Amino acid sequence: MNYIKIFDDIEEKYNLKPLSLRIEEKEPDEIYARVGAGDFKPMCLAMHKYLHSPVMSFFAVDERKEKGVFGLLCAFQSIEFKKWVFITTEVPKDNAEFESLSKDIYSAALFEREIYEMFGIVPKNSPDTRRLKLHEEVWPQGNFPLRKDFDSKKIKDSPKSEHKLKEVEGDGVFEVAVGPVHAGLIAPGHFRFSVAGEPVINLEIHLGFTHRGVEKIFENLSLNEAVSLSECVSGDSAFAHSWAFCNSIEKILKINVPENIQYVRAVLLELERMYNHVNDIGGIAVDVGFSFPSAFASLMKESILDLNEKLTESRYLKNVNAIGGVLCDFNDDKKQVLIQNLEMLQKDLNELKKMILSNVSFMDRADSTGILRKNIAEDLGVLGPAGRASGIDKDLRKDFHGIYDKVKFNSIHCLSGDVSARLKIRFDEFEESIKIVKQFLDMIKPFESKKEQLPKIKEGYALGCAEGWRGPVLYWVKIDAEGHIVRCKIVDPSFRNWEGLAFAMPGNIVPDFPLCNKSFDFSYSGNDL
Amino acid sequence: MIEIFKNSIRKALQTRPLSIKEIPVSKEYEMLGAELKKAIKKRFSRSFHIREVDTGSCGACESEIIAATNPIYDIQRFGVDFVASPRHADALLVTGPVSKNMELALKRTYDAMPGPKLVITLGDCALDGGKFKNSYYTLSGVKNVLPVSAHIHGCPPKPIDIVKAILILLGKTK
Ligand code: SF4
Repeated sequence: MNYIKIFDDIEEKYNLKPLSLRIEEKEPDEIYARVGAGDFKPMCLAMHKYLHSPVMSFFAVDERKEKGVFGLLCAFQSIEFKKWVFITTEVPKDNAEFESLSKDIYSAALFEREIYEMFGIVPKNSPDTRRLKLHEEVWPQGNFPLRKDFDSKKIKDSPKSEHKLKEVEGDGVFEVAVGPVHAGLIAPGHFRFSVAGEPVINLEIHLGFTHRGVEKIFENLSLNEAVSLSECVSGDSAFAHSWAFCNSIEKILKINVPENIQYVRAVLLELERMYNHVNDIGGIAVDVGFSFPSAFASLMKESILDLNEKLTESRYLKNVNAIGGVLCDFNDDKKQVLIQNLEMLQKDLNELKKMILSNVSFMDRADSTGILRKNIAEDLGVLGPAGRASGIDKDLRKDFHGIYDKVKFNSIHCLSGDVSARLKIRFDEFEESIKIVKQFLDMIKPFESKKEQLPKIKEGYALGCAEGWRGPVLYWVKIDAEGHIVRCKIVDPSFRNWEGLAFAMPGNIVPDFPLCNKSFDFSYSGNDL
Repeated sequence: MIEIFKNSIRKALQTRPLSIKEIPVSKEYEMLGAELKKAIKKRFSRSFHIREVDTGSCGACESEIIAATNPIYDIQRFGVDFVASPRHADALLVTGPVSKNMELALKRTYDAMPGPKLVITLGDCALDGGKFKNSYYTLSGVKNVLPVSAHIHGCPPKPIDIVKAILILLGKTK
């Protein structure tokens, strides 16, 4: 089927005739539809409705030097056509504003706030333009770090203000503030509970504490340096991030990654998923004080980390991905080790399942706690296991990636959207991962590692993706003719999913918060960048 | 009801065999651990308490600290424990390059600790900013904010590196 149908349908269905629509198929799975500033919002709205897709990514590019404008790109996903659809427009440099989308498309809201704080491009009529990452308390107004002419040595000094949290008022309402430094060994974030009696009536999450300016650091890096930076964006998703990054560069440079290598990547990605899922299962158990299964789970996690090290010399799968291939070799011994381990992991998983799912007092805590309803999850654009637990059956592995067509696996989803749904999703996905790895193993032919020679560099841009264990990891990268990165927009699944937690909390009691939080388990560093 | 009791009794009484092939903890680790235990006994009468603060790490460093407390490495058996409150801590363990947003929280955590206090940094980021050195939003390492007594190298360091580094640090402190 021809994707042009999308645009014809939209024109007919929504009676939308953009004056200046230019459609270009950049890559086999990427289309760019350029429209004038006035058509941008209606076009995005129509696309959002027609494709049933949340905003997958929405960002600006500073092209003032070359063209005198900012570029604005908003990405949607068409599962039917297996395409990424970008709606793009231009924003003049001296009147940098656009009509806000977030009142009509909620999943655009956070992206808009980000565009405003990083580029100073104003989303007109937006309900919320508070900063996300550059906290008002420490970062003076009027400094926009992702603009090309921003100089970190010359930060303009201007008044700082206080970040305003939403206030909940009423008789007997009190606030509980938690963080940024927490009691446990976890990353920093601030949570403000408004509580009336026992139940929470509002949870406000303030993040950005681990903001390191990653997207800016990417700029001007050489491609190889950038691969290793992408591994440090979110440490427990090092492989998914580096794969997504490499994927985008491979698309730009038209590198064909041999299938054999892609299978190895898929195996490693599943291993990453497995150690994290089991880590979360243990975490959920310990958050209700059920420490025995959690110790058991931590052993399973350790055994996978150890396995990772045996296969790639890195426990967290760092320094493995490279543009065009992988840096580890693969032989029959490794295959044997993997097969043995998979069998043991399957046995252990069965044990762990028995321990947890047959424990009535535990399941009593998990059932119907922290419910995220499907319609809310859809509006927020929650994806990955968190979305699948609420009934959103989307997974890049089945929806997009070609190589996963070669294996059989079930895409797991539940409807109840509570802690126990998210727990079950993790158990089931773990099992599916074992299946996937086994099938790929049968197809992998042994090979020696070698450093790939990059083909001639040319300028271009593309979107790379990988279904990490938290959901879709997206890298939109633009490089110049020397192979330096001009813009790198990263969307970690946490960025779109964090708000799901805020909507799952009301009605629950504060002591259930750790449990809910762990059942989602989002990345702070991946969100804050 | 009977099922519940049966289940609970089974869980309370039975230790289950693990099919995970034992991940051998190296002899080296055990030796270092024994030494660490001695050192902690001498200087901190058996318990060395650490408060951890993440100032912008990618999360892998935390994951390794947590791994050090899993049943295999079990750093607690040598006398090292991670505590929730800075008031209970002998040392502050810091990861991450110190983002601007975390500077104040880091200083306040340090101030809340009773003296004498140690600061240990963990991971390349915490040393000098690592990959995030040239950022507009990091302070390029903990040493620019607090006095640091020891550093644990790696990106991320393995549990054994953590034990080694604490041992060396305790050898230096009186
Ligand atoms: S040192 Fe490495 S592993 Fe540790 S936080 Fe920094 S980037 Fe992550």
